[in-house]
Amino acid sequence: MELISPTELAKEKVLAVQEYSVLAGRAVGALFRRPRYIADIVYQADLIGFGSLPIVVLTGFFIGGALALNSASTLERFGSLSLIGQLVSVGMVRELGPVLTGLMVAGRNASGMASELGSMVVTEQIDAMRALGTDPLKKLIAPRVVSTVVMLFFLTILCDLLGLFGGSLVSTLLFGLDWHQYWSSAWQILVFQDVFMGLVKPVFSGFIIATVGCYYGITARGGTQGVGRATTQAMVASSVLIIIVDFFLTRLLMTMFGYR
Amino acid sequence: MAAPPSTVTKTISGTDPSQSVAIEFQDVAIAFEDKPVLSGISFQLSKGETKAIFGIAGSGKSTILKLALGLLKPDSGHIYVLGEDVTQMPEEQLFELRRKIGMVFQESALFDSMTVRDNVAFRMLEEGDVSEEEVDRPVREALSFVELENTVDKFPSELSGGMRRRVAIARAIITHPEIILYDSPTGGLDPVTSTTIIELIVKQRDVYRTSSLMVTHRLQDAFVMASHYFDRKTNRMQPLPPGTKSEVSMGFLILRDGKIIFDGDAHELARTKDEYIREYIS
Repeated sequence: MELISPTELAKEKVLAVQEYSVLAGRAVGALFRRPRYIADIVYQADLIGFGSLPIVVLTGFFIGGALALNSASTLERFGSLSLIGQLVSVGMVRELGPVLTGLMVAGRNASGMASELGSMVVTEQIDAMRALGTDPLKKLIAPRVVSTVVMLFFLTILCDLLGLFGGSLVSTLLFGLDWHQYWSSAWQILVFQDVFMGLVKPVFSGFIIATVGCYYGITARGGTQGVGRATTQAMVASSVLIIIVDFFLTRLLMTMFGYR
Repeated sequence: MAAPPSTVTKTISGTDPSQSVAIEFQDVAIAFEDKPVLSGISFQLSKGETKAIFGIAGSGKSTILKLALGLLKPDSGHIYVLGEDVTQMPEEQLFELRRKIGMVFQESALFDSMTVRDNVAFRMLEEGDVSEEEVDRPVREALSFVELENTVDKFPSELSGGMRRRVAIARAIITHPEIILYDSPTGGLDPVTSTTIIELIVKQRDVYRTSSLMVTHRLQDAFVMASHYFDRKTNRMQPLPPGTKSEVSMGFLILRDGKIIFDGDAHELARTKDEYIREYIS
């Protein structure tokens, strides 16, 4: 294995960040220029949104249930079991729903995009598309960005609701909490700022998933092995970026809304 | 539009250079990861002419085609395609120019998630202003040209290598481009299928008089092209009668170590005294 000097490695990483930024910027720019590929956007929305439903439904439901289970043991000690709804609600809507939906969709779709585009690169299909006078950025990347951002937004709402539902089942069936009490406390604790925070995050996560997946796909080199590597890197990079961006976004929004 | 290259003005006096030269390379050089691949490449492809590019594997043959299409940018030099300097054009403008050029890729590069019909119709559908129904006739005409009318609803994975290559030719010619670039169109094919592909290229050359650059490592393909013509009556490729020359100009370009070592016609190639070339063609 060839050893790379730290300087070269640093240069490579800076170049990768630069290339990613250019691609992400151009993808946003492509959204405002013709032609617009509506059919491709709808197709990708179906693939990303509807295709991710099972994993998002299962993740939301069981995480909500697990959150209720974990909260219950602590709350019981203080005789505040009735607050389970509030804890599950705030936890799911503000943090767990958006982040876990992002991670699930990243695992499924960032890798899918990287492998699909990577295969197109190594079989010269991207070059063929350019040779035929079509901009791959508009035809392949922009529709994926739009679809992922829009669908992740709705998938997050679904994940939040299913988390609350999972929490309600655990609270009522295992801890004997009143169903109405759970839902009313879960509903009342939520304020506009919580919902806003929970719905801004998937917009950023969706953008990260699509652009990182497409970036690794479009820059794949080295045949099938290179495509495999791009697929793994896309999943890892998008997952890590989602968590990092989530932290800074949470901090920023909390400061904006005056949370302590 | 970019100014016409000065050397063209000198060589073709009295005519608008952009009218008579399809492609011109001027002192083009390119390197990949500090390794020079092409250096000092200069040649012209006249309108209606066909030029075959030879060279050993890795000599930069396919790179020349990608440079001509603007898929790669040279490190230095200028490339004029239909009178426009592709080295200075932004990608957005290149898409417009590429619509006048057809390209047949080495491994066909068909879109594997699309049917043969959608592959062949891709350019027409992308250019817009045509309905799905309106593309059916030209698609059938293009597929009929390559004798593959019955594959319209098949996927590329259901076709043989030779059939895929023919579909790639149909995709390249459907909009009747002014230039066609062939990247090893017979590479990896058996001799019978190779002859079929060469016959199609000769047919395209003689029927539509399209300017073309053909990269190949098979010298016999280019010699067949130089010594045959397409007979419309028999719908077959026929040998040229002895002592006659093809109506369409056929040139040869040989690359070695990233440089052009030969640029001429079949007769000049046969008379060359360069030992490397003699060994190459023997």
